[in-house]
Amino acid sequence: MLLSCKNVRKVFGDHVILDGLGLDVAEHEVVALIGASGSGKSTLLRCVNLLTEIDDGTIHLDGDEITDPQADPDVVRQRIGLVFQSYNLFPHMTVLDNITLAPVRVHKRPPAEAKAQAMQWLDRVGLAGKAGAYPDRLSGGQQQRVAIVRALVNNPRLLLLDEVTSALDPELVGEVLTMIRELKGEGMTMVLATHEMGFARQVADRVAFLDGGRVLEQGPPAQVLGDPVEARTRQFLARIIEAGRL
Amino acid sequence: MTYSPSPRQQERIAYRRGRAVRSVLLAAASTAVVGTLLAVGITGAPGWTRVKESFFDPDTAVEYLPAILEGLWLNLRLLVVCASLALALGLLVAVLRTLRGPVFFPVRVLATGYTYSFRGLPLIIVIYLFAFGIPGLRLQGTPDVLVLGAGAIIVTYGAYLAEVFRAGIESVHPSQIAAARSLGLSYRQAMRHVVLPQAVRRVAPPLLNDTVALQKDVGLISLAGPIDAIRAAQIGVAQEADFTPYIVAGVLFVLLALPLIAVTDGVTLRAARRQNAGN
Repeated sequence: MLLSCKNVRKVFGDHVILDGLGLDVAEHEVVALIGASGSGKSTLLRCVNLLTEIDDGTIHLDGDEITDPQADPDVVRQRIGLVFQSYNLFPHMTVLDNITLAPVRVHKRPPAEAKAQAMQWLDRVGLAGKAGAYPDRLSGGQQQRVAIVRALVNNPRLLLLDEVTSALDPELVGEVLTMIRELKGEGMTMVLATHEMGFARQVADRVAFLDGGRVLEQGPPAQVLGDPVEARTRQFLARIIEAGRL
Repeated sequence: MTYSPSPRQQERIAYRRGRAVRSVLLAAASTAVVGTLLAVGITGAPGWTRVKESFFDPDTAVEYLPAILEGLWLNLRLLVVCASLALALGLLVAVLRTLRGPVFFPVRVLATGYTYSFRGLPLIIVIYLFAFGIPGLRLQGTPDVLVLGAGAIIVTYGAYLAEVFRAGIESVHPSQIAAARSLGLSYRQAMRHVVLPQAVRRVAPPLLNDTVALQKDVGLISLAGPIDAIRAAQIGVAQEADFTPYIVAGVLFVLLALPLIAVTDGVTLRAARRQNAGN
């Protein structure tokens, strides 16, 4: 297993967000996390990236326990990419500087090499013309694609995507989803939290429904989204259909 | 297809032009009235002739201009040194106050205590303490009074600037730090490359404003002895029993401040525009 979460517990005050959650992700696998707001999708991703400390359980990456208090979180994060709902690009840096910051400062790559690699990526996603622009000159979809590139240039073993299309206007969602589909084609291992059931169905190998701080039901998209076993899953999907999002 | 304004739009344009002309005429008229009132009020005052003689005497002004200019040169050098060092000190203290973890507890306490006490202490008292207290210790290698006085200004302004920097650091959204850390940057790297550049940009206008205030306050160093522009003017006033040297020094201070004030306004305007442009 590339990623293995066992018995993960996370509590905020009196509120139990994750309650003994278990989730395994194999290499090259794409897992979509679905569930109501507050079901712990984003919290789980932040825990895996060690931005939030877990209150019990273990998380292993490539067989190493990353939740070992003696593990260096900076080193762990170098192997995991995280893309946020609100892009979180650095507004005082150009697109190119946003992308090359970590390769140059963290991975100590020569700036020229990092820049060449960044340009290659930008060219691939059709944003080479924006290399010198600041993030506020870009559309939401463009910013999110830059944010994904920024995570990818560190060659992460695992990419975490946290509601990456939720802040986008509907007509801009497509360009980001296309990019993620291409990454899947290249074998990138991904865990994505999403509200887009259609996208989960298309791109995920497995869909995991989070409820009550656990994975209540998981399986192939067609089964979980089309013929769920659990009553709670059916209720959740019924509400989604009502809202016109399936 | 060529566009020509509709008759209704042409009416609107004509109406707006009429209003604009009216505003300009009104502004000119009110300026003339206010200006006349001021001129009549001041020059018509019973004591005007005496004030004119003892505050605006051209001969005295010319006589003391070189001495005051020489003093101003000291002010200018002090301003550059004090402003750079106070900015550096303020930034350092602000960063120290953000450090988390038990190891840094004493550092945090010291930094916090410093900003609390030196923002409360009047600058004049700090100058006296530094310039007269420290030499009183009779330690080997005690620096010049000028250096000690400059130190007092730096330490006092450093405390104000530290708070401005801290406000800037706290205004950077936590998601920026999360993004930096998720890329593998250490706390230090995130601070250095992501938080501080944004923080400094945001607080540039208040920082520059404090620098303008500092420009005037460097003159207080004359309390410790060195002859700056104000002290040079004071000497002139004492010798001539005429206040003109003060006016000369005042005008020079304003001239010195103008470029800095212009830069401050420019930076503030740019910052405001950037804010309005949205993220």
